[in-house]
Amino acid sequence: MTIGDADLTALWVTLRLACMTVVVLLIVGTPLAWWLAHTRSRFKVIVEAIVAVPIVLPPTVLGFYILVALGPYGPIGRLTGLTLAFTFTGLVIASALYSTPFVIQPLHAAFEAIGKGPLEAAWALRASPLDAFVTVISPIALRGYISAIVLGFAHTMGEFGVVLMVGGSIPGKTRVLSTTIFDHVEVMEYAQAHALSAFMLVFSFLVLLGVYIANRRFPIHVS
Amino acid sequence: MSRLTARFDVQLPNFHFQIALDVPASGITAVFGPSGSGKTTLLRCLSGLERSSTGFMRLADEVWQDESRGLYLPIYERPLGYVFQEPRLFPHLNVRSNLLYGFKRISLQDRRVSLEQVVDILGIGHLLDRRPHKLSGGEQQRVAIGRALLTSPRLLLLDEPLASLDIERKREILPFLQRLRKALDIPIIYVSHAMSEILQLADMVLVLKAGRLLTSGSLTEVFSSLDLRGLRGPYSIGAVIEANIAAHEPEFGLTRLEFKAQSLHVPLQPLGIGEPLRIHILSSDVSLALAPVTVPTSVLNVLEATVIEIREVDQATVDVKLDVGAPLVASITRKSLVKLALKPGQRVYAHIKSVALSEELSD
Repeated sequence: MTIGDADLTALWVTLRLACMTVVVLLIVGTPLAWWLAHTRSRFKVIVEAIVAVPIVLPPTVLGFYILVALGPYGPIGRLTGLTLAFTFTGLVIASALYSTPFVIQPLHAAFEAIGKGPLEAAWALRASPLDAFVTVISPIALRGYISAIVLGFAHTMGEFGVVLMVGGSIPGKTRVLSTTIFDHVEVMEYAQAHALSAFMLVFSFLVLLGVYIANRRFPIHVS
Repeated sequence: MSRLTARFDVQLPNFHFQIALDVPASGITAVFGPSGSGKTTLLRCLSGLERSSTGFMRLADEVWQDESRGLYLPIYERPLGYVFQEPRLFPHLNVRSNLLYGFKRISLQDRRVSLEQVVDILGIGHLLDRRPHKLSGGEQQRVAIGRALLTSPRLLLLDEPLASLDIERKREILPFLQRLRKALDIPIIYVSHAMSEILQLADMVLVLKAGRLLTSGSLTEVFSSLDLRGLRGPYSIGAVIEANIAAHEPEFGLTRLEFKAQSLHVPLQPLGIGEPLRIHILSSDVSLALAPVTVPTSVLNVLEATVIEIREVDQATVDVKLDVGAPLVASITRKSLVKLALKPGQRVYAHIKSVALSEELSD
């Protein structure tokens, strides 16, 4: 036996975490990316830099600050009495923060490429701003959304440092595939580590392959 | 007669746009002026895309903006059609869905224009199932115009719809715009810096310069105004005359036109007797004589005229504004002016060396 129940549980936690993270980031990231693409505010560069910070920061640094913030003596803990550190919710928050640039940046680029032209055209054809966004901007930005979802999902599945700092690898709650592989290696269970690693490798490859095929099949023509 | 009245005052990054206008809410009103004079800004203000904090706009009896009462309809609540410089078709929808995008968003009782009508006027029936990127520039712009018409607009704003097209494509679309003017009874504001388009299409002209309204009036008035010499363009238009076909002289390849009891000969026209034809005369093609022609001359077109106003252009040239039943400007030398001793009120004879039809101009 190479893959046990504990490993399957970790896979389930990982998939749930990746899905939740992507959903949270799409909800928060769409308006933020839209704002970044169209604002003339001087704060734009500051926000852009903040969004990009997780790319260059060591995951342990980010994980450390999130751990402190979500702990019982952090601002959230003091205000609400909730301790989110070492919980699944805390893990989603941490993952979302860590994967922010991987979702925001493709959306930002997509919105910027579209510009205001199609939006103004839709308004002039009686579409309200929300209607225009849903029926015109979103379909044209489809590639941007696909990139954002895939990158956000894959990046969350692969993260280790932040997850370990904030989640602590508690089986069934915060233990994900990457930390499980680490745990297996630590106790010399190379067979299990191999199986999970191979799974991750094939899974990542198939997801990306699917995206590229979809992009070829349904190209969005922006002329 | 219903009118379009508007006042805007917008401070843009590079210039101050301040305009008050009052034009008939019918026919084609051309907005003319050099680039950067605020032509597009005017359309953006009229549409509601640009909001002027002290703005006012009324079309016939409907007020769309009156900031003094805090009234401002956003663009998506205004019954207007807006055709941008670029077609801006939606790339993810085929031509039919692009055409119907706005149509589906207006209420049933407001739908006065049908898909069949628009397809017919614009000649785009064979394109309906194609994607926008498969169309030529001219076809795309026709679809963009059709899409705007299908919202049954009460006002149509066209921002240099032909600017991005080459001469051939312009020739393809201009007749459609002319049919549009006849087929639909809605006011059209048409921005252009192409003289030929304005001469062919416009009824009224607004001339903008540096964010201000320099002048407005009928095409004839504006293009015969001596104040606007610099803006009349390289052709120096001396007159725009609405004439009717009086007779054909096929043996000479000519057609005789009539306007206000005067007649003019132009190359043979494929039009019926009585049909209207718009012609223009360059001011440099007009020369003046004090007496009617008594000796034989090759000049065919001689109009009786009265001098209205004389304006010096430079050392050598003066513009003489005449009344020939319609206003006509003649550019003559100052030497000739002195020799003929021309004065306002004087009776003269204008020799027209060449009459152009608006269709022949290119930019």
